[in-house]
Amino acid sequence: MKILLALLFMASAAGAQQRSMVLASTTSTQNSGLLDVILPQFEASTGIHVFVVAVGTGQALRIAQNGDADAILVHHRASEDQFVADGFGIDRLDIMFNDFVIIGPKSDPAGISEALSAGQAFANISSSQSRFVSRGDNSGTHLRELEIWREAGLSPEYDGYLEVGSGMGTALNLASGLGAYILADRGTWLSFQNRGDLALLFEGGAEMINPYGYVRVDPARFAHIKSAEAEALGLWLTSSAGQAAIAGFRIMGVQLFCASGLAPPDQQNDQQGTCAAGALQR
Amino acid sequence: MDTLSAAWFLLIGMDADLLAIVSLSLKVSGFAVLYALILGAPVGAALAIWSFPGRQVLIVVFNSLMALPPVVVGLSVYLLLSRSGPLGDLGILFTPKAMIVAQTVLIFPIIVALTREAVKPVFREYRGLLVSLNASPFLVLRTVLWDARFGVVTALLAGFGRAVAEVGAVLIVGGNINGLTRVMTTTIALETSKGNLELAMALGVVLIVLALVMNALIYSISRIGLRFQEVRE
Repeated sequence: MKILLALLFMASAAGAQQRSMVLASTTSTQNSGLLDVILPQFEASTGIHVFVVAVGTGQALRIAQNGDADAILVHHRASEDQFVADGFGIDRLDIMFNDFVIIGPKSDPAGISEALSAGQAFANISSSQSRFVSRGDNSGTHLRELEIWREAGLSPEYDGYLEVGSGMGTALNLASGLGAYILADRGTWLSFQNRGDLALLFEGGAEMINPYGYVRVDPARFAHIKSAEAEALGLWLTSSAGQAAIAGFRIMGVQLFCASGLAPPDQQNDQQGTCAAGALQR
Repeated sequence: MDTLSAAWFLLIGMDADLLAIVSLSLKVSGFAVLYALILGAPVGAALAIWSFPGRQVLIVVFNSLMALPPVVVGLSVYLLLSRSGPLGDLGILFTPKAMIVAQTVLIFPIIVALTREAVKPVFREYRGLLVSLNASPFLVLRTVLWDARFGVVTALLAGFGRAVAEVGAVLIVGGNINGLTRVMTTTIALETSKGNLELAMALGVVLIVLALVMNALIYSISRIGLRFQEVRE
């Protein structure tokens, strides 16, 4: 048995004795390619390698609660605050934001491109009994979708409402196949390759803002937490270098994330377009 | 057609990233099948040879465990290896080691069940001889496993096939970390979710080609072995 264990450990003794940490983040930051671009810059300046586990916000929080990640980068403010209040996380930081958009079939049978608010768009979708694909996975996007239904005083329990229980990309693939409406984050939508008949039909409005927060796991809770590394990442992400890296990330010339430090979200709510060439106003 | 040509270019242009992903797939599943074989083959042979209370129950249990969903295995191993779990101090979650553990658990029942099937007829043949020689249990095990080796190779191939093809378990315990725990299947799932369907399918074709090569290799090795054996007899 001892030999077996020794073999097992030899099998994958990954060489690096480099400083490293585990970041639990969401599929939206990973699938868009943002982290692949900015984390090497962080590594170049600090020598710390970041291993990214990309899951839904709900699972990311759970992984961090179990002590299996050193920090989280997620996008559901209420859950982040709860995570800190429950004593799992410390030093919540605003990092960046982009926005949600409503995607649907080009023909737009529910006529949401004329809607004045996201709530009204959702009302049109449900009253026309159009198909709507919901993430259904407790991700930040799913939680926001439920908030929009609730704030509009609507219940999403109708025949065309499909809870698919999967990530953003998979849900977009389904919406593309079914010709359904779907709430998506702009980053994943812009980098999504299988659009088929889908088009961006509704955008804008305060309720569509999608802020990302960074929280590191409280080292007092778990002895093994890479506290110094996680603190360094938080510092870098909010530094001018980190913020510039985020704001400089482009897909096909389009900025995907607005850096929080460069324009506070509150200000953004009031005057869209502060994150100028960027995500909120195109 | 696009997919096939894309797959062809992936194969001939095998860049460093793809090579790392492919070799990690082979390494993780290879070690998993090796450990499952070392642990499972004796268990399977023992179930074929000796009768003891609870044997029938064990046989049914192992046969049913062959149908274990990989996500369930992944989740169980996650809970075991999580920092909050009983084996958290090992600190191997989100590493290839955790993936090897999960796949070993996943294919252990396959090795046990298929080894038992392979050993059964062999033991029937040798039973009288081994009993009259009053052979030690270790010798009995060694003899029947060696004689059933071609059947055991089939078990090995079935186990390897299941391991290299599954995505649910390695995704949960490995985390699909770029450059550390990303394997063929998790890459395919990731590219699909990005909407890169052609690239995902091309990777799928690469996976199938590799499986084909592996199987052909092992098949020819066992054919050569068989011929050698026939010559000696």
